[in-house]
Amino acid sequence: MLLIHCPYCQEERPELEFRHAGEAHIARPTDMAALSDADFERFFFIRSNPKGIVFERWRHIHGCARFFNAARDTVSDRFLATYRAGDPKPALDGEGA
Amino acid sequence: MTQPFRIATAGRLGHADPVRFSFDGRILMGLSGDTLASALIANGIHLVGRSFKYHRPRGIVSAGAEEPNALVGIHRDAARRTPNVRATVQEVYEGLEAVSQNRWPSLAFDVGALNDVASPFFSAGFYYKTFMWPKAAWERLYEPFIRRAAGLGVAPDRPDPDLYANRFAHCDVLVIGGGAAGLAAALAAAETGAQVILADEQAQTGGALRYETGAVIDGQAGWDWAQTVTADLAARDNVRLLTRTTGFGYYAQNMVGLVERLTDHLAAPDPARPRERLWQVRAKRAVLATGAIERHMVFPGNDRPGIMLASAARTYLNHFGVAVGRNIAVYAADDGAWLAALDLHRAGVGVAAIVDARADVAGPHVEEAKRLGVACLPAHAVTGTTGRLRVSSIRVSPVAGGAARDIACDALLTSAGWTPAVHLFSQSRGKLVFEAETQRFLPGSNAQDVACAGACAGASGLAETVEQGLEAGARAGGATGGRTVAVREARGESWTGGMLGPADNGTGAKAFVDFQNDVTAKDIRQAVREGMRSIEHVKRFTTTGMATDQGKTSNMHGLAIAAAMLGKPIPEVGLTTFRAPYTPVTFGALAGHSRGALFEPVRRTPIHSWAEENGAEFEDVGQWKRAWYFPRNGEELHAAVARECRTVRASAGIFDASTLGKIEVVGPDAARFMELMYTNPWTKLGVGRCRYGVMLREDGFIYDDGVVGRLAEDRFHVTTTTGGAPRVLNHMEDYLQTEFPDLRVFLTSTSEQWAVIAVQGPRSRDIIAPLVERIDLSDEAMPHMSVREGSICGVPTRLFRMSFTGERGFEINVPADFGRAVWEAVWAEGRKHDACAYGTEAMHVLRAEKGFIIVGQETDGTVTPHDAGLGWAIGRNKADFVGMRGLRRADLVAPGRKQLVGLKTKDPDVVLDEGAQIVADPNQPVPMTMLGHVTSSYWSENCGRSIALALVAGGHDRMGETLHVPMPGGAIAVEVTSTVFFDEKGERANG
Amino acid sequence: MGEETRRIAPLEGRGFDGEELRVLPAEPATRLVLRASAEACEDLSAALGLDLPRTPKTTSSKGARAALWLGPDEWLVIDQAGANLVAACAGVPAFHAAVDVSHRNTAMLVSGPRAADVLSAGCPQDLSLHAFPVGAASRTMFGKAEIVLWRTGEDAFRVECWRSFSDYVLLLMEAAARDV
Ligand SMILES: [Zn+2]
Repeated sequence: MLLIHCPYCQEERPELEFRHAGEAHIARPTDMAALSDADFERFFFIRSNPKGIVFERWRHIHGCARFFNAARDTVSDRFLATYRAGDPKPALDGEGA
Repeated sequence: MTQPFRIATAGRLGHADPVRFSFDGRILMGLSGDTLASALIANGIHLVGRSFKYHRPRGIVSAGAEEPNALVGIHRDAARRTPNVRATVQEVYEGLEAVSQNRWPSLAFDVGALNDVASPFFSAGFYYKTFMWPKAAWERLYEPFIRRAAGLGVAPDRPDPDLYANRFAHCDVLVIGGGAAGLAAALAAAETGAQVILADEQAQTGGALRYETGAVIDGQAGWDWAQTVTADLAARDNVRLLTRTTGFGYYAQNMVGLVERLTDHLAAPDPARPRERLWQVRAKRAVLATGAIERHMVFPGNDRPGIMLASAARTYLNHFGVAVGRNIAVYAADDGAWLAALDLHRAGVGVAAIVDARADVAGPHVEEAKRLGVACLPAHAVTGTTGRLRVSSIRVSPVAGGAARDIACDALLTSAGWTPAVHLFSQSRGKLVFEAETQRFLPGSNAQDVACAGACAGASGLAETVEQGLEAGARAGGATGGRTVAVREARGESWTGGMLGPADNGTGAKAFVDFQNDVTAKDIRQAVREGMRSIEHVKRFTTTGMATDQGKTSNMHGLAIAAAMLGKPIPEVGLTTFRAPYTPVTFGALAGHSRGALFEPVRRTPIHSWAEENGAEFEDVGQWKRAWYFPRNGEELHAAVARECRTVRASAGIFDASTLGKIEVVGPDAARFMELMYTNPWTKLGVGRCRYGVMLREDGFIYDDGVVGRLAEDRFHVTTTTGGAPRVLNHMEDYLQTEFPDLRVFLTSTSEQWAVIAVQGPRSRDIIAPLVERIDLSDEAMPHMSVREGSICGVPTRLFRMSFTGERGFEINVPADFGRAVWEAVWAEGRKHDACAYGTEAMHVLRAEKGFIIVGQETDGTVTPHDAGLGWAIGRNKADFVGMRGLRRADLVAPGRKQLVGLKTKDPDVVLDEGAQIVADPNQPVPMTMLGHVTSSYWSENCGRSIALALVAGGHDRMGETLHVPMPGGAIAVEVTSTVFFDEKGERANG
Repeated sequence: MGEETRRIAPLEGRGFDGEELRVLPAEPATRLVLRASAEACEDLSAALGLDLPRTPKTTSSKGARAALWLGPDEWLVIDQAGANLVAACAGVPAFHAAVDVSHRNTAMLVSGPRAADVLSAGCPQDLSLHAFPVGAASRTMFGKAEIVLWRTGEDAFRVECWRSFSDYVLLLMEAAARDV
C-alpha cells in the first residue's frame, strides 16, 4: 500500500483513501461541437502509458475528496510529486531518468 | 512413557511440564516449550513424512522456519485441520494431534514409494515431456494422477471457524528478527525514544543464541543476555514486542506485513479470540536482522531421516535438551558443524566421525575433536548412505578419489555453510551483491529506508553482529551521535567455511538439492544440458525452489550447480526473485475481519425493519438489501408479484425507494452545471418542476438516469440509480473540480438523508392527502412531474409527484430517522384503500409495462439515448454537454445499431429468458447471425401476457416483424413491438 | 401529529460496554455539510458562532457546536444541541452551500484505553496522539466503510458514518474488540 501526499491535506495518507483517475493534463476541449473525429479520438481514446514518468490524476476520495495530479515513476512505483489540479507539471530535476 | 532421547542435564526445558500429544495416532510425551520436532526427536522419531514426488521417507532437517521436509497436518477438530505445518515451528500443547502427510497406507510402508523405483520417469521436466500427448488425456488421466501422487497435505473441507484480526500500525523503527542483532538494534533504537516494533518468529527471542553455547555478551551467556534485553524492551512504553510473529512481506514505502500467531500453541484456545493477527506496519525506518540459513550438504542419499542441519542438532540439544541420536556423524564444509559434534560429545553422545570436504581444517574445534579421539576426515566426502527409514551408515571417500569406507551412525549432521536471509531486503527492492570470496549474496544498495544487521548483512561473528545491530538501531531511531547503548564485549563462534553444490561431481543419483520438491543435483545438470541458461529457466524446468519453503536451504546449491555446468560465475546465471510471503501465510490472516457479515457492508434502509416484520423477501442490489416482494399466505414469487402489480394499477402500492442516490446541486451556476452533466435542458425548468434526466459519458453512452427536481433557482434535487449513486457523484465532482472549476456550484450527497416512500396508483393522492400539510395536492397545483416542500406527519418532506409505474404517483422524501414512522402512517392510510406494499420485482414489471429502462439492465455501456428510444431527452439547442460530441461519432449514428424494442411472444404464455439471443431465421446454420438479446422479460398480470424488452439491430425499423429466440427446446417466435405495453397514451400518470 | 412521529436512529439500543472500551451511539444531532470558498468563510463563521477551521485535519468547537475540516472548501458542522444550522447560514449572502445531513450521518462514541487500537483494526491512518492529536478530525476509511473520525479526547473518538454503514462499522468494532 502506497503513501500518497495529498496537496490539499498537506500530508501523506494511505492509498486506501485514494482512487486513481487516469492520465492528467488532458484538457476537455472547449469547442466540443466543432471537434473533428481525429481530435475527439486524441482527446478521449488515446493515452500515452509510458514506461517511466507518468502524470496522472488521483482523487483523495475518502479524505478531502479533491482531485489532484501526481508524477509517478511506473518503474519504481514512486511518486515524484503531487500537485493541485490546474497547476502546471512540476519540474522533476533528473528524477526517474 | 519416557522420552528416550531427552537429556535432563541439557537444554532449558528441564523443569517444564510434561505434555501429551499424538503423532499418527501414537500417544507420546513431550515438554511444554517443545516444538513438535523436538518432542518427536525426544521420542526417537525422525521419520515424519514422505516426499512430494518420490514418496521417499523424510525426516526433520532443521529447527526453524526454513524446514523443507517435516510438514505435518495438525488436527484440532473436524474443521480445524491445518495441512503443511512445519513440525519445527509448531509448538506442542496438551492433546496436540499431528498426522503425517503424503503417505498411503502408512508412513512406514507407502505404496507411492514405487515412484522412487520408477524415478527415471520423473526426471527434470517430466511434467512438460510426459504429459503432452494426447491432449485429452490431460484432464482424464494425467492431472488426477499427478494430483494424487504428488500431494502435500489435505486441505480441510469445512469453513475455517477461527477468527482473524487485522491491525494497522505505525512506528519509527521496525526491527525484524529478535536474535543478537535485532535485540541490539531494538535496544539502541528504543534508547532514542523512538517508537519501536520488534517482531520475532519464534516463541522466544534469541535467534541463534538458542544454540550457540560459546556466545558471551556483557559477561552473560548469550541466551541470558537476550532474555535480559528482551525483558528490558518489554518494560518500555515505546517498544512493542511481538513474538511468534513473522515479517512475511516487505512492500512499498516501508509497509511490512507481519502475521502474529496467537493461539496455535495453545491447548484450548478461546474460540472467541482471534487465531492470528495481521499487522500492516508502516515504519519510518526498518532494521532487518533476519539472520542466516544453514545449507545442507549435497551428496547421494542425503535425504534419509536422521540427516539434518548441524545447527538444528545443536538447537535440539542446547535448547530443548534432546539428542538427535546415540551415535552421530558429521559431514560438513563449515566449522560450525564441528561445534555441534563437540556439544553432542559433551552431552554423552557418540561421535563416529567428522567428515569435512575441505582439506584445510584447523582451529581449536579441530584440536578438541582430535583430543577427544573423534575420527576426523578432512578432504573427504560422503558418497552414499544406507538405512531404509533412518540413516544407519554413511559411505565416506576421499574427495580426490580412493577407497571408500562405511561408518555406522544413527544421525548425520551436515553443514555447507550459511546463506544470509536477504529475502525481505530483496522484497524491499534493495539490490543484492555477490561476494565472491564467501560465495554469498549480501544486501547492497537500498531502495527504501532500511538497514540490515547481523548475519543477514554478512557479519562474520557475534561481536560484529551486535555492533551492526547497535549502530543500525541507533541510526534508525534518529540518533546522530553514533551509538546509544554500548556492549562491553561480545564474543562467540566464528562462522567460517561453507561450500555450494556437491563436493564431488559424481553421478550418484539422489543427491538432493531441494528436498521439498525432490530436485536432485542431477536434475539441475540435466536442465542445463537440455538448454536452460538462466536460473529462472532452470527453476521452472526442475521446480527447484518452487515449493512452499521457496528453496531457503537449497537455492544457492542449485544456482552453483547450474553455474558450474554453464561455466559462468554465479551472478551471471542470476538469482531467482524473492517474493512474499517469506513463509506461508493463512488465507484467514489475509482476509482478517472481512468474512461473513463483515465481508462487505450490508446496507439497509430506514424502512427495512418494517419490511422484515411484514414478511418481505429481500434481494441484494449492490450492498443494499431491498424488499423484493411481500408474499401473503405462502405465495410464491410469481403469485405475489402478480398481485402486487395488479393492486398498484387497481388501487395503489407503497414502495421503499430509499436506496435511490440523491445529490443536492447548489449554487448560482447550478442550472449551467446540470446542462453540462445531463443531455436535457435545465435552465428553463421552473422551480417546483421535475424532469427525467439522462447522463452520458463523454463517449456518448448512457451512464445513469434519474428524476431531477428544481427546488429553487440555485438548488436541484438530483436522483440517481441505486447502484450508480457513488460513481455519479464522482463523475460530477470530476467535471466540476477539473473541467468546470469556475462554475459556482457545490455538490453534496443526500442519498441517506432522505427515506423515500413511493406511493403509486390511482388512489395514491387519497392515501397521502390526510397526512400532508402545507402542500396543495390538486392536479392544478401539483401536476405530474412537480416537487413541493412541506410536511407530512408533522415532519418536513420533499414531495415529488412522479411515476415509475405510469400511474399517478408520489415519492415522499422525509428525513431518514422518520422514515419508518411515516411509512407506517402511509401504510395505515393505504390499507383503507386496499393498497399493498410492493417490492423491487413488481417495480421492475410495472416499469417494463411502460417501457421505462433500467440503466444496467437495458443498457450495458454501449447504448446511446437514441438506441434506448430516449432521443427526446437530448436538448436540441445546447452548445455542450458531456457526451454530445461522442454521440456524433460515425459508429453511433450508423444504421443497424441495436435499438430498444418491445417483444411479444406469439404464445402469450411463454416468458422469454433474459439474456436470450434473437435471430431472424431460426433454421440458419450455426453459428447463427444474432440480431440482439432480451434485456428484460416478465409475466405481466396487467397485460395478461408475457412482455419483454430487447436490444435488436435496426429494431426501430422492425415494428411488426417476426423474429425468433432459439432456445434448447426450440425457437420461440416473437413479434417486434413498441416498448410501451400498457396505457400507451400515458394518461394514467396525469389522472 | 408531529409529536407522534417517532424518530428512530439507526443504532438505537446498540453499542457495547467492554473492558477498557465503550462504544455507544451518539445522541441525535443536527449536521450540516457546509461548502464554501475562502471568501465566504468569515461570514459563515460569524453566522455559526465559531471559526471554521482552515487547517487540514483540524476542528473548532464552541459549546455543543463543532466544525470539522473535511476538505479545503468543505466542513461538517455538528450541533449536539439540535440547533437549526441551515437557518443559521441562510442569511449569509456569499456563495456557499449548506445542506442538512442530520439524518444522513449517524455517530458512535468510542472511548477507553483501547479505543485507538480498535479503530486501528480498520483505519489505516496513524492514530498516535502525535499524528492524530485531540481535536483532529479526518474523513478516512474504517474497514470497507467511509467514516469521519474525530478525536475528542486522548482516549475518546466520535465516529461519523452514513447511516446504512453504521451496522457494518459497529460490527467491525465488535469484532476488533474481541482482539485483545
Ligand atoms: Zn486530501
